[in-house]
Amino acid sequence: MGGQTAFTRALLDPALAAPEGLVNPDGAPATKRFDVYRNNVAVSLIEALETGFPVICKLVGEAFFKAMAGIYLRRFPPTSQLMMFYGQDMPAFLTGFEPVQHLQYLPDVARLELALRACYHAADATPIAPETLQDMPADRLMAARFEFAPAMALIRSRWPVHGIWRMNMEDGAPQPGNAGENVLLTRPEYDPQLTTLAPGGGTFVAALMNGKAFGESLDAATAQVPDFDLTATLGVLFAGAAITRLNED
Amino acid sequence: MLDSNAPRFERLPNAPGVGYKPQHFSDILENPGPVAWLEIHAENYMGDGGRPLAQLRILAERFAISVHGVGLSIGGEGPLDPDHLARLKHLLGWLQPASFSEHLAWSTHDSHFLNDLLPLPYNAATLARVCDHIDRVQEVVGRRMLLENPSNYLAFAESDMAEVDFLAEIARRTGCGLLFDVNNVFVSATNQQTDPLGYIDAFPLDRVGEIHLGGHDEDMDETGAPLLIDSHGKPVVDPVWALYRHTIETGGAKPTLIEWDNDVPDWPVLMAEAQRAAPILQAALA
Repeated sequence: MGGQTAFTRALLDPALAAPEGLVNPDGAPATKRFDVYRNNVAVSLIEALETGFPVICKLVGEAFFKAMAGIYLRRFPPTSQLMMFYGQDMPAFLTGFEPVQHLQYLPDVARLELALRACYHAADATPIAPETLQDMPADRLMAARFEFAPAMALIRSRWPVHGIWRMNMEDGAPQPGNAGENVLLTRPEYDPQLTTLAPGGGTFVAALMNGKAFGESLDAATAQVPDFDLTATLGVLFAGAAITRLNED
Repeated sequence: MLDSNAPRFERLPNAPGVGYKPQHFSDILENPGPVAWLEIHAENYMGDGGRPLAQLRILAERFAISVHGVGLSIGGEGPLDPDHLARLKHLLGWLQPASFSEHLAWSTHDSHFLNDLLPLPYNAATLARVCDHIDRVQEVVGRRMLLENPSNYLAFAESDMAEVDFLAEIARRTGCGLLFDVNNVFVSATNQQTDPLGYIDAFPLDRVGEIHLGGHDEDMDETGAPLLIDSHGKPVVDPVWALYRHTIETGGAKPTLIEWDNDVPDWPVLMAEAQRAAPILQAALA
């Protein structure tokens, strides 16, 4: 086993002894000195996860979160140097992590927190003006397909994830409701915005994101919610600078 | 090949700089005080867009920028990560910073990134490997880099070269410059019970393109020996300022950075720390 293989294994497994050949100034084994590296790795990764999942941390409590993060980082060490994206496996980890099975909404809250980070760092884009859409003849609009800003994302959950997020991040936020939510993430300038879409809005936006034409997406939303509020949903998309192009075949 | 757009700042000034923290963005623009240049961690600016890159573009109009990588794993046993190297080339290409530096350390093994600067033994085999990696980095990014001396908490029984000789030989073989971290010298010398002045006097200061100053934590190992930990979360201690003064008096004025990455203070505190370097640099320039 190569030197850095043994070093890495011992870093991530506190039960292992420090690798051989590491010495203190007297030439004796550098046990506690090796622990500095062990501690640096664990503390820095736990901090990265705390920074990335502030709502999960509040929901389970800081001490629990740190202990859980210590398990996570050993099961899923980073595979990229970009720590701002560390934690991509957190939703799957939470789904299978026995001590939090009673908090069934946690994986979806983690998905929302990952999506917020992706939104913050996504490429800049230039939105189209609402007039582009308003000025288009109806038949052409119905056949048009939308392109969205890289920062836009849709989180569809059977839990009130936006309500849970707000209650933990905003002073004076209301108690979350009981219903599932379709949460749209947009970034009008540099700050991500979260908006819970009106009923049918999730189906409409998801269809557009999947490349369906405007008319087909509208039909899907209306089939699900007969009084689907198209104007409100388009208003959210335009306020979020989310539409970057209308493609006509 | 460098971008055809000439960089706004060709080199770091022989003046104080600070590690840039986003919470200081407005303060820096309004009142930079003695701070003439800024250092960023490369990996924090490898996203696709948004506020980090927008702020960096604004700062780069006003300040010389040093790009300091923490994830390249130049001391790694495996090959350099081509994806990371490509990201680095992209950042250096559009930003055209005044300086680019990395560490004599490793952080990636078997595709696992460990988010720490890990040590390596100093011998002929590791020397050859590090030089190959630096040759590769300089070839890909099309510019000379600076390599930073590490903080050491332990030593390798298999080392048969002194760190100073190891670094000097890397610089000689690859043509790279060096980043001299005076706090790391103090931390390593204390931990290894060696003489920091001897290290400084043996160091090829003519190769040094930048100096780092930072704070550290104090601990003890299981034998009761002092164990200093490079934490970048406190002011620079007086013995490190004394070693810094000696370095500048010996090697001349160098761009000097205050590194404060944890428990980051408000701007006036950081600015005051940078101000402490100014008279030492001015005396050397006079």
